[in-house]
Amino acid sequence: MVPLSYYVMLSTVVFLIGVVGVLIRRNIIVLLLSIELMLNAANINFVAFSHYLRNLNGQVFVFFVLTVAAAEVVVGLAIIIALYRGKATVQIENINLMKG
Amino acid sequence: MTTDALIPLLPFAAFVVIGLGDLFGRGFGSRAHWIAVPAAFGSLLFSLIAFGSVLSGGPHDLPLYTWAVSGSFRASIGIHIDALTAVMLLLVTIVSALVHLYSVGYMRGDRGYARFFAYLGLFTFSMLMLVTASNLLQLYVFWEAVGLCSYLLIAHWYERPAAAAAATKAFLVNRVGDFGFALGIFLVFRLVGSLDYDRVFAELPKHAGEVITVAGFDVQAVTLVALLLFMGAVGKSAQLPLHVWLPDAMEGPTPISALIHAATMVTAGVFMIARLIPIFSLSAAAMSVVAATGAATALFAATIALTQNDIKRVVAYSTVSQLGYMVMACGLGASTAGIFHLLTHGAFKALLFLGCGSVIHALAGEQDLRKMGGLKSRLPVTYWTFYIGALALAGIPPLAGFFSKDEILVRAFLSGGAGILFWGVGVATAFLTAFYIFRLIYAVFHGASRLDPKTAASVHESPPVMTVPLVVLAVLSVTVGWAGLPIQGLNGIEAVLGPLLSPGGSSEPVSGQASLLLPLMGISVAAALSGWMTARYFYLTRPELPERLATRAPALYRLSLNKWYFDELYDRVIVRPTRRLADRLWRTVDVHTIDEAVNGVGRETLAGARILRLIQSGQLQHYALVMMVGTFVILTVYLIVQ
Repeated sequence: MVPLSYYVMLSTVVFLIGVVGVLIRRNIIVLLLSIELMLNAANINFVAFSHYLRNLNGQVFVFFVLTVAAAEVVVGLAIIIALYRGKATVQIENINLMKG
Repeated sequence: MTTDALIPLLPFAAFVVIGLGDLFGRGFGSRAHWIAVPAAFGSLLFSLIAFGSVLSGGPHDLPLYTWAVSGSFRASIGIHIDALTAVMLLLVTIVSALVHLYSVGYMRGDRGYARFFAYLGLFTFSMLMLVTASNLLQLYVFWEAVGLCSYLLIAHWYERPAAAAAATKAFLVNRVGDFGFALGIFLVFRLVGSLDYDRVFAELPKHAGEVITVAGFDVQAVTLVALLLFMGAVGKSAQLPLHVWLPDAMEGPTPISALIHAATMVTAGVFMIARLIPIFSLSAAAMSVVAATGAATALFAATIALTQNDIKRVVAYSTVSQLGYMVMACGLGASTAGIFHLLTHGAFKALLFLGCGSVIHALAGEQDLRKMGGLKSRLPVTYWTFYIGALALAGIPPLAGFFSKDEILVRAFLSGGAGILFWGVGVATAFLTAFYIFRLIYAVFHGASRLDPKTAASVHESPPVMTVPLVVLAVLSVTVGWAGLPIQGLNGIEAVLGPLLSPGGSSEPVSGQASLLLPLMGISVAAALSGWMTARYFYLTRPELPERLATRAPALYRLSLNKWYFDELYDRVIVRPTRRLADRLWRTVDVHTIDEAVNGVGRETLAGARILRLIQSGQLQHYALVMMVGTFVILTVYLIVQ
C-alpha cells in the first residue's frame, strides 16, 4: 500500500511543473497544457484524500473538474484560434495589448 | 369687491397670453395690441369702479393668496384699496391705457412688437400690485418686479449697445437703493415682528426711544428704519445721488419713458414715503434728510435740464427735478401735496413724453434739438398738446401743475425755519423749470427749420391712435389740478387723502392762511412767468444770446452740459476701481488659485499614472508570476500565523 504522502508529493511535483510551464513557456498552447497539468495535480489530491478518508465526495468532484476542464479547453482553444487569426502568432510575448 | 382682483389680473392675463403665444407658437405679432389694449382699458374701468366704491364705502381688502406661514409670521398677497391706493390706481391705469393705445402707433412695425406689449402688461400688473400692497413684503416684491420690467423695457432694442448699457446701469443703480430698502424692511421685522402696515404703524412708535449702534454711532432705531427705507426711494425715484440711471433710461422706447420713467414707476418712491408716512414721521431727522434730498435734487436736475440737447433728456431731467419736489413735500410732512403733485405730474409729464415721442416719430428717430425747429405748423396737434403740457409743468395757472406745485411751495413756506430755504429753492426751480421747458418748445417748434433735408420731406403728424392719447392727457393736464383747489371746501385731494396722510392732523389745512396764500402764489407765478419770458427772449427774440452766454461762462455751461460730472465721478470712484478689482480677482483668485487647483489635481493624477503604468508590461506571464508569488506569500503568512 502506497502511503498518502507519496500521492501528495506527486501532485505537488505535477503542480509545480504546471506552474513553471505557465511562467516560462512562450507558446500559448503549451500554457494551456500546463494549466491542465495543474488541474490534474489537484485531481490527484482529490482522489488520494478520497481514498484515505473513505469518502467518495472527492472522487465525484474529480468528474466535475474533468468536465469543466474539457469545456475550458474548448473555450481556450477557440480563443487561441481567434488570436491566431488576428495576430498570426501564438507566441505569448507578441500578445501584449495590455501594455500600459 | 371681487372686481378689484381684475384690476391687476387683466394686464397680467394679457402678459401671459401674449408672452406664451410669442414663446410657443407663431405668436400674435402685429396683432398683440388686440389683447393688450382691451386689458389695459378693462383695468382702467375696474379702477374707476373701485375708486367710486372707496369714496363712498371706505377702504376694502381682498386677500388673494397666503404665501408663507411660519409661527407668528404670515406673508400674504392681497389687494388693499384705500383712498391713496385708489388715486394711484387711477393714475396708473389711465396712463397705462393711454400708453398702450399710443404704442399701437409708435411701435408699429417693430420687430419686438408682441414682446413690447407683453412686458407692458407685466409692468402694469406689477405696478398695480405694488400700490395695492398691504404689507412691506408685497411692496418689496413688486418694487423689484417693476424694476425688472423697467430693465426689460429699457433694453427693448437690446441690439443697441447704448440701450443694453442703460438697462444694466438702471438695474445696478437701483440695486444700491434697494439694498437699503431691504435692510430697512429687515429692521422693521426685527423691531416689530410683522410686516403688515397696520401692525407696523401701530407698534413701531413703541420703539421710538430705542437706539442701535451702527459703526460706532448711536442711531435712533426709527431714524435708521426711515433712512434705510428712504434709500429705496432715492434709487427708484432717481434722487441725488442715485439719479444717474434715469436720464440714461431714455434709451428705451418713448412710450416706456412716459409710462415707467415719468408717470408711474419712478413715482413709486414718493408713493412709498407717503404710504409709510407713519414710519417716517416718527423721526424728525429722517424727515429733514428726505426734504433736503428732494430740494437739492429739484434744483440740481433743473440746472442740468437747461443745457441738454437731447429732447428726451431735457424732459428726463425735468422728471428728476419734479420728483425732487414731491420728495421734498413728503419730507416736509405735506405728503398730501406730494401725492397731488405726483398725480398732476403723471398727467402732464406723460403728455410731454408722448409729445416728444410724436416729434421723434415724425422726424424718423431724430432726438437732437439742434436739428429741429419750425415744426409748429407741420405737427399742429403735437404742438398744441405739448404747449399745454409745458404750461402745466411750468406752473402757469390754472393748469394742473400750478396748483400742486403751489401747494408744495406754500407748505414749505408755512413750515418755517429751514422750510423758507426749501421754499426759496422751490421758487428758483420753478423759474428754471419754466425756462428749460420753453427753451425746448422754442427749439423744437419755433424758429427756422434746422432739419436734415432728407427728414424734412417726410415730416408728418402722427396717426390718430397717437394723437388721441395726447389730447386726452392734455385735457387731464388742464383739469386734474382742479381736484385740489386751495379753497376751503373745494379741495378734493385734501378731503380724500388728508385723513390718511396727515397722521394726527398735524398739518393744518393751507386754506386757513389766506393772507399769506395769495402773495406766495403771486411769487411762484411770477417765477414761472419770468422763466417763460426769459426763454422767449433768449430763444425767439435774440437767438444768438445763449451762445454768447455760454462762451461768457464756459465753466458753468460745461458743468451743466456734463451733468455736473456725476457720471465721470462714479466712473472714477466706483466703476473703474470695481472693474480693476474684478480684473485683479479674475487673474489672481480665479485663474491662479481656483483654475490652478483644479488643473493641478488632474495634472498630478496624470503624473502618478505615468509612473504606475510602468508596472503594466502587457506580458501575461509577468502577471501570472506576480499572482503566484502573491498566493505563495499569503499562504505562507497564513500558515505561520496559524
